[in-house]
Amino acid sequence: MSALTKLTATETRLFLREPIVVFFAVAFAPILLIILGLIPSMREPVADLGGVRMIDVYLPIVVAMGIALFALSGLSQLFASYREKGVLRRLRTTPVKPATMISAQLLMATIMSIITLIVMLAIGKAAFDVDLPGQIPGYLITYLLVALAMFAIGLLVAALAPSSRSASAVGSLVFFPLIFFAGLWLPRAAMNDTLRTISDLTPLGAGVQALQDATGGQWPQAMHLVVLLAWIIAAGALAARYFRWE
Amino acid sequence: MAIIEVNDLVKRYGEHTAVNGVSFAVEPGEIFGILGPNGAGKTTTVECIEALREPDGGAITVCGIDARGDTGELRQVLGAQLQESELPDKLRVGEAMELYSSFYRDPADWRELIETLNLTAKLNAPFGKLSGGQKQRLSIALALVGNPRVAVLDEVTTGLDPQARRDAWDLIERIRDRGVTILLVTHFMEEAERLCDRLAVIDAGRLVALDTPAGLVARVDERQRIRFRPSAPVDHRLLTALPEVTTVERAGHQLVVTGTGNVLLAVTTVLARNQVTAGDLRVDQTTLDDAFVALTGRRLLDA
Repeated sequence: MSALTKLTATETRLFLREPIVVFFAVAFAPILLIILGLIPSMREPVADLGGVRMIDVYLPIVVAMGIALFALSGLSQLFASYREKGVLRRLRTTPVKPATMISAQLLMATIMSIITLIVMLAIGKAAFDVDLPGQIPGYLITYLLVALAMFAIGLLVAALAPSSRSASAVGSLVFFPLIFFAGLWLPRAAMNDTLRTISDLTPLGAGVQALQDATGGQWPQAMHLVVLLAWIIAAGALAARYFRWE
Repeated sequence: MAIIEVNDLVKRYGEHTAVNGVSFAVEPGEIFGILGPNGAGKTTTVECIEALREPDGGAITVCGIDARGDTGELRQVLGAQLQESELPDKLRVGEAMELYSSFYRDPADWRELIETLNLTAKLNAPFGKLSGGQKQRLSIALALVGNPRVAVLDEVTTGLDPQARRDAWDLIERIRDRGVTILLVTHFMEEAERLCDRLAVIDAGRLVALDTPAGLVARVDERQRIRFRPSAPVDHRLLTALPEVTTVERAGHQLVVTGTGNVLLAVTTVLARNQVTAGDLRVDQTTLDDAFVALTGRRLLDA
């Protein structure tokens, strides 16, 4: 087996051995979805939203939050602690390149996160009758872009934070504004123009809107996909620039 | 042809020059020691050889590969055991070996390696649950899993109990017998004396001596020290009159005589002629420790 597949398999196994990390990165979002869905008013059509139910609006928001949690609580801390403990230093004495190590982490995170997505879509459909995405390729492309953008931000946090403790503090600091603009407290439809414009430029704001559009059967707007790409490139380049083995 | 060549290596950290013009060459199949007090620049030197640090000056080649060039190739032929580096706590011994062997073009049989290092019983144990000695052995196994031609072992026995240390020495000799050239960083005299074919003594960033352990000892004067408890008082002048004797001192009930050449025979002959017997007789010869003091002006461990 190649180093990349072996590393990905090993990282996945190690990830699954950390129950608390797994809970926040993988299980928390589906549980939140179930809790929201159990509130009766969430399942009533809202006239202001054009007859859509709140749970329909919230599914993509919770999906986006799930990715953000994975990136900012799981991935960034994992990486920072690997550096702190000298795991990366030891790896550096082998022929493995940093890009391989990072790719393995990203692959692992993407696979885990897609499983979470499938679970959430299934819960939404089976328990609360939320429509499955109408535009499946558009939905998947958006999802991957959101995931990559958030993982790149997570790796950047890990690269900049001096320790794993500070990585988790900085991670939360970044997490809350991002999920605010995703619409967790105030859905985008209820934001005023200024807030919504800012939201359009954040990875989760653009991502949630694009996921919503794809759920409704349309292609996401080009602008939102461009915003996501810009975040991937900017955060990815900075994370690579500031990557440290030790 | 040398397997490791270091030429005029210089490494600075800000204002501080950690390594200042060190040169040496390691021959294939040798156990080559780097000996020196803490902070002498030993680890910095090997980290430059391992391409973990960028030298500020000089040239290094390992198996003909420039350490500042193709690090991917270098790492195929050089296995490194580092001070203070760990694995994820929940990674199991077998998983670590399997993972690391996937990084190399031509890996060793990791199961055999684990057997040699006496870790087979710990195959399913997570790294976090291993003892210090077991972690150290796993660390050596990981350094060897790529079938390297050169293995760098940095303070490999530090923190081990005496038995584990002796086991590690046997192991290092067995690794050399497999044809691996070993660069051993140490601050234990006994270890250097027992294992190393040649030693580079580094002090304050400079190479102060490069020789076999016996050669280093021979550089220091060949003075011997004899201690004994005389059965009756001895007139010191009887001893100082001997050409072989340099000094005579009383230490409690004992006499300490230093001298050169066949001083032991000369002293015992004089004593016998005067009907004095020498109880608890001991002869101390110059050790590597003495050689180190002579070379650097201080002892290794309390340096």
